[in-house]
Amino acid sequence: MADVLRLHFTVDGEDFTSAGEASAQVKKKLRQMGYDPELIRRVSIAMYEGEINMVIHAGGGEADICIYPDKIEILLSDKGPGIADIALAMRAGYSTAPETVRNLGFGAGMGLPNMKRYSDFMNVESVVGEGTKVTMIINT
Amino acid sequence: MTVRDAITRLDLEALSLPDGDREIRGGYCGDLLSWVMTRLQSDEAWVTIMNNVNVIAVASLSDAACVILTENAEVEEAVIDRARERGVNLLRSDQSSFEICAQLGELTHA
Ligand SMILES: Nc1ncnc2c1ncn2[C@@H]1O[C@H](COP(=O)(O)OP(=O)(O)OP(=O)(O)O)[C@@H](O)[C@H]1O
Ligand SMILES: [Mg+2]
Repeated sequence: MADVLRLHFTVDGEDFTSAGEASAQVKKKLRQMGYDPELIRRVSIAMYEGEINMVIHAGGGEADICIYPDKIEILLSDKGPGIADIALAMRAGYSTAPETVRNLGFGAGMGLPNMKRYSDFMNVESVVGEGTKVTMIINT
Repeated sequence: MTVRDAITRLDLEALSLPDGDREIRGGYCGDLLSWVMTRLQSDEAWVTIMNNVNVIAVASLSDAACVILTENAEVEEAVIDRARERGVNLLRSDQSSFEICAQLGELTHA
């Protein structure tokens, strides 16, 4: 497994202004590794949407990125409130974001659809009261 | 048209200009961040009234050529610092988003 690069980040649920830090680090790493800019853009946006969701909806969480020779895997897990109806949450325009967060430009209900759009595979597992796990794979 | 050309042609204020030679290839106007991340393409100018620090993250991750803040939106120093840190060209205008887009449209299609 020497050719797998693993990155781990703890996403702070308190600090809104540093939200996106993990995504920025991943972007930087992929750039150093010489990936195509359009691929970097897809990975960056998919991960940022997931990272922001953990900050806004789940009080933070953990992000694990595995860079394989042929794909990039993003695992996001949190111990937030969970999602009762995943199909509904995935629908474009559905959002429970509070007013304070909407004023910052979030809450369009487009984050999960974006994550699906920019990844080649996406899976959401969630247990109400326990948390949410999102897996995204982007083929390179 | 480069970002520097746009500053001159549209009479913009440069708050952060780490890459003035970057080419602008079209644009997108919007204030809802996830919409912007769906629609804004690499190398486009992003026209918005949103002035918080998350704008810098979105612009950077979406690979925007520059952000043009309209309506003379107030900008905190921390936002400008973040833009410099992330290599984001951050510009400002006292015109409306519509007025800026109308001019950008002419300039980028010319
Ligand atoms: N990690 C999570 N934990 C709990 N609920 C979540 C989580 N991620 C998403 N949700 C729920 O799914 C809804 C839709 O998420 P989505 O990212 O599509 O939109 P949003 O975050 O509300 O707005 P936007 O992403 O456009 O800023 C959220 O409003 C929230 O109710
Ligand atoms: Mg979201």
